[in-house]
Amino acid sequence: MGVELATDRPGFYEMVDVDVSDSELVYHVRDALKSVSQGDSDHYNQLIAVMHYTGRLAPDEVAMLVTSLKALSGSISYIDIIHHESLLSSIFGMSMWNYGPDVMDALVELIISLAASNGKFVDSCLDMLVRNFTPPKSYLDLLGHPRGLARKHEVLDRVHSALSHIADLVPLAPMRLTPIILQRMPHMFDKETLIVIYVESMLRLESSALGEFVGSTMLMALVDRLIDLDVEISWDDIVLEDSGKGIFDMELEDVDDIIGYAEKDGFEHPRGTLGRQSLGTNAVADKLDSLMVLACEHLKSCADGERLTKVFETLLQSFWVTILNAYKSKFSQFVMFYACSLDPEHCGERFAVFLADIFVCRTHPALTRMSAVAYLASYLSRGKFLPPSLIASTLKRLVDWCLEYCQVQNGEEKTLYPETHRVFYSGCQAIMYVLCFRMRSMMDSHRLKSQLLHMPLEPIFRHQLDPLKVCLPSIVEEFLRQAKAAHLFTVSETFLFNNLLESDLSKAFGGMERLDMFFPFDPCLLKKCDRFIRPSFVYWSMVKTTYDEGEDCSSEEDINEYFDGNGKSYMDGGITRSLDEHDLDLDEFECQLNKMSITPRNSLKNGLINKLENYMRMPARIRPSTSPESL
Amino acid sequence: MEGLKVSDANLVVYIHPSKAGKVSQSILRELSTLLFKYNEIFDGVVLAYDVTIQNKNAKVLPGIYPCFGVKLKAKMLLFSPKPDMLLEGKVVKLGKESLHVIVLGFSSASIAEEDIREEFRYRIKHGEEVFASTSHKRHVIKVGSMIQFLVKSFDEEILHISGSLIPVNTGSTKWLHKNMEEGSMVDRLETRKKKRKDDRSEMHEHSTELLDDVGFSLKNEGRPKKSKRQRHAEQS
Repeated sequence: MGVELATDRPGFYEMVDVDVSDSELVYHVRDALKSVSQGDSDHYNQLIAVMHYTGRLAPDEVAMLVTSLKALSGSISYIDIIHHESLLSSIFGMSMWNYGPDVMDALVELIISLAASNGKFVDSCLDMLVRNFTPPKSYLDLLGHPRGLARKHEVLDRVHSALSHIADLVPLAPMRLTPIILQRMPHMFDKETLIVIYVESMLRLESSALGEFVGSTMLMALVDRLIDLDVEISWDDIVLEDSGKGIFDMELEDVDDIIGYAEKDGFEHPRGTLGRQSLGTNAVADKLDSLMVLACEHLKSCADGERLTKVFETLLQSFWVTILNAYKSKFSQFVMFYACSLDPEHCGERFAVFLADIFVCRTHPALTRMSAVAYLASYLSRGKFLPPSLIASTLKRLVDWCLEYCQVQNGEEKTLYPETHRVFYSGCQAIMYVLCFRMRSMMDSHRLKSQLLHMPLEPIFRHQLDPLKVCLPSIVEEFLRQAKAAHLFTVSETFLFNNLLESDLSKAFGGMERLDMFFPFDPCLLKKCDRFIRPSFVYWSMVKTTYDEGEDCSSEEDINEYFDGNGKSYMDGGITRSLDEHDLDLDEFECQLNKMSITPRNSLKNGLINKLENYMRMPARIRPSTSPESL
Repeated sequence: MEGLKVSDANLVVYIHPSKAGKVSQSILRELSTLLFKYNEIFDGVVLAYDVTIQNKNAKVLPGIYPCFGVKLKAKMLLFSPKPDMLLEGKVVKLGKESLHVIVLGFSSASIAEEDIREEFRYRIKHGEEVFASTSHKRHVIKVGSMIQFLVKSFDEEILHISGSLIPVNTGSTKWLHKNMEEGSMVDRLETRKKKRKDDRSEMHEHSTELLDDVGFSLKNEGRPKKSKRQRHAEQS
């Protein structure tokens, strides 16, 4: 009966009869394929028609499709790349999202067999699978529903296992896969769901067995995409208006500006995303946000799988190539921050050392070095997870470099040329910035305090090159204030900056890129990925400064035992540090009153000092000059 | 196994001036871009190389980047399967219509149903798919077996081989080596079998070694090949 069926019923629709055995079907398909080259394409065309079943399929249509696909799997060697081009393009054009699991399985089986049978099909098979990373456009909206999600899992599980099977059978397939994936990556202006679902698959590949071959490329492509989106967000959308308030927007404390965030842990939250700004770039920010979330989740799973160190190396390379030199990347760098927070011991330290290495190495371009030290300063200040010893040792490295630089300069110059020594100034500014955040905690630790006091800060800051004049005034001000309170050192001149954010000199050293005002790890404004960053982030409001009253410093009892290198007691040394003995302002007076404590108890805080404090805040929020090009 | 050859090559590698401090590293890097790709000039897939720098002096190319060319002498291990060569590989997938094999760990080969001789029939034994010989009970091919097959064609781009199990001297290598000589005494057979097993395992180590160690020295290479040739000579 089977044989009769094969000859008497040439049409495919009749083949649905269950009595036809698989092998007979296979012979039938082989005949159809063979007869194409002889000119007879009837059965062949019918076969193609089956491939084009669309929409909701009736059960018998499904059965037809499944059996046809299975029969094709059995006739692989008869498929010719030229004669059967239309059949092949139909097969490769099929989207697994449109079918149920049975058809998916049969299709995947066919694709794997095709790829393994002939080298010519490998690229097309891989391409077809990569195209199935994303659903057809019409399907995108369904992804939010449970049924859509279920379908997504069904498809992606099969796609990835197919890729893995093909890699087993054709060892060089991963090599061919990489360019295909990169080519098919959705453009950054595509819909967010499309980009997200594609990147999900990319990251899934990175964690899979194929990750060994394609993983690093996937990560680098992701970081590239992050930067692409990042640069599309313009600064104007981030800064709020109200320039009259002063450029030092506090990160958090503007109560009126908070958009409906409840207070947690007593900390006020930063403003939401660019929700109040123009909607155009909001879409871009949302895309960036979603991708950052994906990246962070992926990093977390790498950390759980103890792969983070290896992944981090790729990330670091990518950071160097892509992010470091991107003109003022806004949020993409937080991926690095989060990765470091997951493994402070290795990754955290590695990042700091990496940046410091770039800064001290003379063969890198000046802009790269300045950018690196800006990253370093911001990182050391904001990373809650960083061990104080690392901060101290990195600071020491910076200080030593700056000192060496000072010693090399001869003292002939009378006028300041900020641009010539811009790397030096950026180094000094970095030191000051880190100390603004960390001075108090360093002074509170006995060991670090001695390290800090031994650092040759004075020769640097008192040098001819006069970094205190050139660096960003707001930072200098805060630094001096804290340094004075901590008796680190004082200067004779009083710097009156009048709430200046920037000065001409700082602009000069910052250059066109305004690297004088670059604080890359300022609070992340992206809503969704903020939850990854927040637990490890140091907000300025959390920082205890050396002039803060109230807290008894722990080393109070040690004060009597502490002597500086010259054998004088610390307090004596502290007072003799100030150049001008007549310059007793309130702080110092209080200090002398309270000789036993390092931080002066300032009882007048509520009065004048309080007002001053409102102005002399850390330049936590940056507002770039309106027209940097005008420099 | 045929298809492997060693060629001597005179090469010049041009190095960017920034790498002048680490010349050997950049030479190796440059050469490693050749690996596992078919090279027309060498007529084969480069598997490994052993490099000696001929001269400490190098000629500087004039131009925007004054790259300097280092002259090298290299021994290249090449894989160039030609039709009618016999290759060995491991079966990774077995189906009614085809057999998939991996050669030397990187090259995929497939043997279609019509290229498997009539002697072999597809069966399911103990739940496992196998190709079993109808004339020799012990001759069985299953997933994981090493087989020897004939090369029909070689796709240079994806390094895919199309193979055939038609000739009589193809099939499971284990069985073939065991039954190389018909009618010999059992002891001789067994010692031969042991020797072949040693040679084969050496060759396997040898092949895996190739893939791991790039700067590998080729001292051992000659021996297994010779013995195989000897064996073929004996056969014919």
